[in-house]
Amino acid sequence: MIRLEKRKEPSTLWSYATPFLAVALTVLAGGLMFAALGTDPVAAIRTIFYDPLFDPQYAAYSRPQLLVKAAPLILIATGLALGFRAGVWNIGAEGQYIIGALTGAGVGLALYPAETRLIFPLMVVAGALGGWAWAMIPAILKTRFNTNEILVSLLLVYVAENLLASMAVGRLRNPEGGGFPGSRNLSQWDAAANPELVAGTGLHWGVIAAIAAVIYAYILLNRHLMGFNIRLTGQAPRAARFAGVSPNRIVVFCLGLSGALAGLAGLFEVTGPAGQISIDFNVGYGFTAIIVAFLGRLHPLGIVLAGLLMALTYIGGELASFMLNIPAAAIQAFQGMLLFFLLAVDMLTNFRIRLGREAPA
Amino acid sequence: MSAPLLELSGLTKAYPGVVANDDVSFGIGRGQIHALLGENGAGKSTLVKMIYGLVRPDEGEMRLEGRPHAPATPLEARAAGVAMVFQHFSLFDALDVAENITLGMADPPPRRDLAERIRKVSRDYGLPLDPNRIVGDLSAGERQRVEIVRCLLQSPKLLIMDEPTSVLTPQEVEILFATLRKLSAEGTAILYISHKLDEIRSLCDAATILRLGKVVGACDPRESSARELAEMMVGSALSAPARGGHVAGEVILEVEDLSLPPAHAFGTPLRRIGFGLAKGEILGIGGVAGNGQDELLAALSGERVSPRGSVRLRETDVSRMGPDARRALGLLSAPEERLGHAAAPDMSLMENALLSGHGRKALARRGFVDWGRTAAFARDVIARFDVRTPGEHVAARALSGGNLQKFVIGREVLQAPDVLVVNQPTWGVDAAAAAAIRQALLDLAEGGAGIIVISQDLDELMEISDRFAALNEGRLSAPVATATLDVERIGLMLGGAWDREKSHA
Repeated sequence: MIRLEKRKEPSTLWSYATPFLAVALTVLAGGLMFAALGTDPVAAIRTIFYDPLFDPQYAAYSRPQLLVKAAPLILIATGLALGFRAGVWNIGAEGQYIIGALTGAGVGLALYPAETRLIFPLMVVAGALGGWAWAMIPAILKTRFNTNEILVSLLLVYVAENLLASMAVGRLRNPEGGGFPGSRNLSQWDAAANPELVAGTGLHWGVIAAIAAVIYAYILLNRHLMGFNIRLTGQAPRAARFAGVSPNRIVVFCLGLSGALAGLAGLFEVTGPAGQISIDFNVGYGFTAIIVAFLGRLHPLGIVLAGLLMALTYIGGELASFMLNIPAAAIQAFQGMLLFFLLAVDMLTNFRIRLGREAPA
Repeated sequence: MSAPLLELSGLTKAYPGVVANDDVSFGIGRGQIHALLGENGAGKSTLVKMIYGLVRPDEGEMRLEGRPHAPATPLEARAAGVAMVFQHFSLFDALDVAENITLGMADPPPRRDLAERIRKVSRDYGLPLDPNRIVGDLSAGERQRVEIVRCLLQSPKLLIMDEPTSVLTPQEVEILFATLRKLSAEGTAILYISHKLDEIRSLCDAATILRLGKVVGACDPRESSARELAEMMVGSALSAPARGGHVAGEVILEVEDLSLPPAHAFGTPLRRIGFGLAKGEILGIGGVAGNGQDELLAALSGERVSPRGSVRLRETDVSRMGPDARRALGLLSAPEERLGHAAAPDMSLMENALLSGHGRKALARRGFVDWGRTAAFARDVIARFDVRTPGEHVAARALSGGNLQKFVIGREVLQAPDVLVVNQPTWGVDAAAAAAIRQALLDLAEGGAGIIVISQDLDELMEISDRFAALNEGRLSAPVATATLDVERIGLMLGGAWDREKSHA
């Protein structure tokens, strides 16, 4: 018989080892899934993890893609992790990401075709404010009426998606686009573009923003009272109230910050890699970032590594579906397995597994 | 005496870094009320957990009625005739008495039979209990009865009781003792764990004293003085705190017409509480648990705000302020629940020092934490309050109850408060630590601070407070000079009878 036994103190070793174990188990179970779909599992795993970085044919294209895909994930996950640390569950980053892209692009397009260097910074601010405002809806509903922020923020994603669709075919549609849905291409308008800053690296302003956010979050959590209060609220809510922390302030701060960062991610995407507002502009970064946050142990530096890994599965997944005809849904299931296994093996941090019927020591 | 009921020989249990029990041997006779004495961390809990099947000894053996007793689970221990009433009740507030008792049974009888058996047992042993009442509505004393009746239904040969009187009024203690004596007369042995030496002397007929995991003595408590017992336990002479003659200064904290609705379904509302606290005064507030202690502390600490004008500190109305603002003005507090309320369990002592100390000790500048100063403050608390721990990086939950309590009280005392409110400052704390904490409070009052001690330990309140008031169902009696009180009068105050007395006068 297998039993679980609570550890006296959480194991430091396992808290570092579980992400790696989860990746290993995902590879194993994912391989089985690919085999069941009739694909050679070894080839599939190799295509996902190895080819994007080292294959002579694809690496030149896909290596820069690593930063392009990782940046929004890291940016969003860093904000989410702060909230998760405090027990504030923002599940709607995808919606805040869409709204940030819409408000940022909207401000830019309103000024088209002016050529001033102020336009891009203005759009950045508008994007952050848009994401922030969208996140304030669950924040205010929670603090005023005690609604559940998980449900409200999640449902607002679908509202945002419909708003996006209506904007792409309505107000933000390119008047010179011959009636096709989608806005003007912002990446081809110098004043609003978020270009690749160093050719062949994938480095754009979103990457720089992500690095800044990681550093900010690290300092906040380790050096600042606000970060301390966030951790305190998550770990011991009663002690936080005793310390004088207002739970409402934490909710507003965490939702606001994660919303703003998601909005920024959306803005950098729409002005750079995506280039325009389109109906299918969002590709699920806001949801994947939840996996990234947990895979990175809610730690800013861990999130950087987790973001890069998830970006790799995105790129490799695309490659695999194109090369090996693996359905896109299977790739999403593969990514979902990562979170599933991570949460499952996470209990090794607090429990140890015992075989047989032994008395607890 | 013939062969003992339970015979322990050479019991040893080691945890990493500490030997909890070292070669412990003694016997408990049939029908004996046997006291197990010792400071916190002396190994009492580990020992009874081994008898009750929660922990397995590394070495040594136990024999119950001559047969080897090595329970792997509490279920096996209960089957062998060992029952235990824990210090912390494991009851569900929302269920009724009979349902709670059913939950602990391997093979529960139909409800009607069980209710009848509960009534019979509770009648036989003088523990009035209605099987149909919701546990959330019961007092602490009544909840304890549920636990005891749950044990008695199994007709145990040995009943282990861990600090049973810490939540009882003097009258309830008498009822409990009568029950225990009746059980003993019927042949049930009782292993009784307590810090209260007077109780042990009046109840028990044998005692084993543990210190640092070893048996350091055995005696007949009826023939030893409380002082002798305490000295065996601590290993050194106790210094009883002395209340220096003090003159009441000007009033520093005034509470007037303080009413608050309960915070949750099983909470207690505060009803029109009013009192004044003078500089250098210790006001003791007694009362049975669940009569508004937590709520009163929350209203004074600022965790809950109260109607305008109801709490005034030095003429300043602080009733709408949060804990931070009140701390800045000199009103500090230490809640009862150490883990999770006064301290964050998984955070280090250093972080816990920051928790309430960042304002007055200036541990953060423009919001940026000065970890160097914070560590120094934590080390200061550890050193000045004799907190036994390897260092300030240790997680709060790794400390024993007494040591963490010293840290929590020390953290507030070293911030030089003008008014300090503490709830159950020595609850579950060993005699030496309790004496140190009381002395710290007395010293603080000597220095001119006003102190409110909320406690269920009446001896403690009698010992250190200048005036005494009692909480009953959220009402506070008028404070009375401690010197004029006797046990009878206190019992009446705790029962809420002071009101009637006043209306007759």
